[in-house]
Amino acid sequence: MTTTEAPTRLFGAAIKRREDPKLITGQGNYIEDINLPGMLHAAILRSPFAHARIKRIDTEKAKSHPGVVAVYTGKDMESLNPLPCAWQAGGVKNNVNTPRALAIDEVHFTGDGVAVVIAEDRYAAEDALALIEVDYEPLPVVVDAEEATRPGAPQLHENAPNNICMRWTCGKEQETDQALQQAEVVVRQRMINQRLIPTPMETRGYVARYDAGTDEYTIWMSSQAPHVHRLLLAAFVLGVPEHKVRCIAPNVGGGFGAKIFVYPEMAVVAFASRQLDRPVKWVETRRENYVATTHGRDHITDVELGATRDGKITSLRVTTYANLGAYLSTIAPGIPTTLYGRMITGVYKIPNAFVEVLGVYTNTAMVDAYRGAGRPEATYVIERIVDILADELGMDPAEIRRKNFIPPSDFPYDNGVGMLPYDSGNYEPALNRALELVNYEQFKRDQAEARQRGKLLGLGLCSYIEVCGVAPSKWIGLPGEGWGAGLWESANVRVHLTGKVVVTTGSLPHGQGHETTFAQIVADELGVPYDDIIVQHGDTLGTPFGYGTYGSRSAAVGGTAIFKSVQKIKEKARKLAAHLLEAAEEDIVYENGKCYVRGSPDKAKTIQELALEASVGYNLPPGMEPYLDDTTYYDPPNCTFPFGTHVAIVEVDPETGMVDLLRYVAVDDVGNVINPKIVDGQIHGGIVQGVGQALFEGAVYDENGQLVTGTLMDYALPKASELPSFELDRTVTPSPTNPMGVKGAGEAGTIAASPAVVNAVVDALSHMGVRHLDMPLKPERVWRAIHT
Amino acid sequence: MEITVTVNGKTSTHNVPPRMLLVHYLREVLGLTGTHVGCDTSQCGACVVLKDGISVKSCTVLAVQCDGANIVTVEGLAVNGNLHPVQEGFWEEHGLQCGFCTPGVMMAAYQILQDNPNPSEEEIRAGLEGSLCRCTGYHNIVRAVKYAAEKMKAAPAGQTPTAVAAGSGEAVP
Repeated sequence: MTTTEAPTRLFGAAIKRREDPKLITGQGNYIEDINLPGMLHAAILRSPFAHARIKRIDTEKAKSHPGVVAVYTGKDMESLNPLPCAWQAGGVKNNVNTPRALAIDEVHFTGDGVAVVIAEDRYAAEDALALIEVDYEPLPVVVDAEEATRPGAPQLHENAPNNICMRWTCGKEQETDQALQQAEVVVRQRMINQRLIPTPMETRGYVARYDAGTDEYTIWMSSQAPHVHRLLLAAFVLGVPEHKVRCIAPNVGGGFGAKIFVYPEMAVVAFASRQLDRPVKWVETRRENYVATTHGRDHITDVELGATRDGKITSLRVTTYANLGAYLSTIAPGIPTTLYGRMITGVYKIPNAFVEVLGVYTNTAMVDAYRGAGRPEATYVIERIVDILADELGMDPAEIRRKNFIPPSDFPYDNGVGMLPYDSGNYEPALNRALELVNYEQFKRDQAEARQRGKLLGLGLCSYIEVCGVAPSKWIGLPGEGWGAGLWESANVRVHLTGKVVVTTGSLPHGQGHETTFAQIVADELGVPYDDIIVQHGDTLGTPFGYGTYGSRSAAVGGTAIFKSVQKIKEKARKLAAHLLEAAEEDIVYENGKCYVRGSPDKAKTIQELALEASVGYNLPPGMEPYLDDTTYYDPPNCTFPFGTHVAIVEVDPETGMVDLLRYVAVDDVGNVINPKIVDGQIHGGIVQGVGQALFEGAVYDENGQLVTGTLMDYALPKASELPSFELDRTVTPSPTNPMGVKGAGEAGTIAASPAVVNAVVDALSHMGVRHLDMPLKPERVWRAIHT
Repeated sequence: MEITVTVNGKTSTHNVPPRMLLVHYLREVLGLTGTHVGCDTSQCGACVVLKDGISVKSCTVLAVQCDGANIVTVEGLAVNGNLHPVQEGFWEEHGLQCGFCTPGVMMAAYQILQDNPNPSEEEIRAGLEGSLCRCTGYHNIVRAVKYAAEKMKAAPAGQTPTAVAAGSGEAVP
């Protein structure tokens, strides 16, 4: 039943999620739960060599295996185009190399697919993989980005001499070098930002059904961006009109960036389904997820920071080898350029900065956006080197940060390396609050006292900034900077004649709770009961084109699109109310879901009554179209720039090198908060991914290009027992970029946590002369630092 | 091989291949897709179910090993439409985000509370040893388990909520 009771204000309310009842009762519908009549199952044979020529593939035995329906190789799929690289930042145009559905003549990493078996069930498909014979001619392998650029290194692609995909710079080179030469103090450090594996708990998976009658594909996909996948698959890979492909994302079991991209297997299942005229399902095993899905980070960086003796930073020069893997993934070139280089100065006012990035091909899995995407790498560089400067000068790390913060009066702030102006910020209160929560002065006394007893305590700070809601399209879409496409977001809002409000969005939640937060926005703005608002997403048939969910963009961009549609619906409702109440439009007030003539709230028309009138449509003002229905394509005028300070306190065991994370305090400023429960949850999860990088995680390839950390047995995801509970607080500096003042919260924790934890461990060992350690800070590495 | 298994109180007999995993039996033969597979190596715990009252990783148990067994999955946690306190805790405390690991984590939490009705934070974290979650950072999962412990303690004597095998009317210990 629809009610007309006005709700209490929900923006800012920590309500529990409406998504949860089905997920906690086992009624979720994830990709592996999709089962269609006549459905076949695919299993993919992947190259065991990191670099090899394919001389011959014999699929005969596999084809005759019981239950096997077909076996295809790359040659069978030659009609499919290579996958597109959508974000061609950094001038990569002439040396773009992207994967095909299956490799044809040569494989370039150990995950490269070379054949696919389609069978009646997955067991049969997996069995038949072992019956495919492939003759490989192994070729030399290189896995390290710096080594790959050296003369004589194995070459991956003819169009990229020395494996260099791009050389990209930002900032002022001459001025920076001059300032470094003149600086009273210069600190230098090489830092490794190790390769990570995103590891959503649900792997990737796709189910394709080709309908010969309509010549249409329907593809169910575990995806963060089904509209983008439809566009890129249809137009660039399959070569069919966009309207012939429908993409549907059911419940998505996490993504963390890895499900933004177009992958070969999407094309494989689409192709096989058309060939066989039956639905085809492929769900990735975890092993495949580790070798064949994109990885993140993998930078080798040299950094130089110049300053005055009293700690004022004058200059920053950064040179980075960014390992992009064997091919370019969908938006790979944009990550170590726009999202890294242009954020390198962090929260500090640095008059001279210059960044040089070499994007490099190696015989490894593709590297693309992983939670934070460029911003964690940038934050790590600046937050580590600022601590090193503090150590060099004997200054307090908090004090040196305060001294160099961009002051509140400088906003909007141009950071000098080509980022759009930082929209708003007030960095010192967040730092001060975090220090207050950890009782900074007391900690220093505790640390000194503990050292007397041979105990190693450390405290690490990270004052971060990130760029969220990346837009506007005229900036991010410009050839050279961007991907030749927009980054706006869409929403449609309809008030049905029953009074139910249906919101469809181009955003694609995969754990963020949009069905809840977007309904909170609409409930307040439209003045209708929360339970009458339905948020739909994920099906390209029935939602407006949108770019999807990543980069902490959904509230700031997708949410604002909804907000704007609601405003337009209210305007139409006021016009209609004026007509029905026989009053002038300017005299109509819209309040709590009701329209009335100013001063006469007792004679009101509710939004539900107006929706009915608008829907039946026989008493509308002249020229008004029926229905309360509006679609917005919202292109923000700027990005948003959340910030904050995180503090980690660790104890290091001098005997074993084990790091115990004792306390973690996070003070974040993500602008206005729609649902604190959900925002806190995002921060918690983000922190643990950052802690994971600092202490546990790291993808390791051996010199032959074999992924040594190829399962969850070898790749150390953080566990509950290794972590404390977190202490969270907020400051609120609303974003002036959008009408709700929201900024974005999805990546803040990950960006801040790695430097905070590493800074804490280095602090614990600083009296032993340790100034830097590369992640992950596993016991052996820490023990060696103590004992050498 | 023919097996007879009671799952969430309902007993049925099927002929299954000897190599079929319990998780595939539950998902593909019985259509109970609430139990998920998140890895190939028994690390993630998304597939945890109760076998004769003890939590097991259903990706590491063969279906034929469950002949005669009493299995409870996430679908059997709520009784007559009433959420189990563990489920309530996960909802109230925002103990899930994407929800993929959640069924297995909740079954592990159920076991933790069976073993120790009043666990400390440390004991809860230790009890979650076999479960991986990539979204929540475990913070709210710990709170969810605490919530469930409080709720179960507050239940009237003799009415401690259990995952009831509805068909047989027997409570799983």
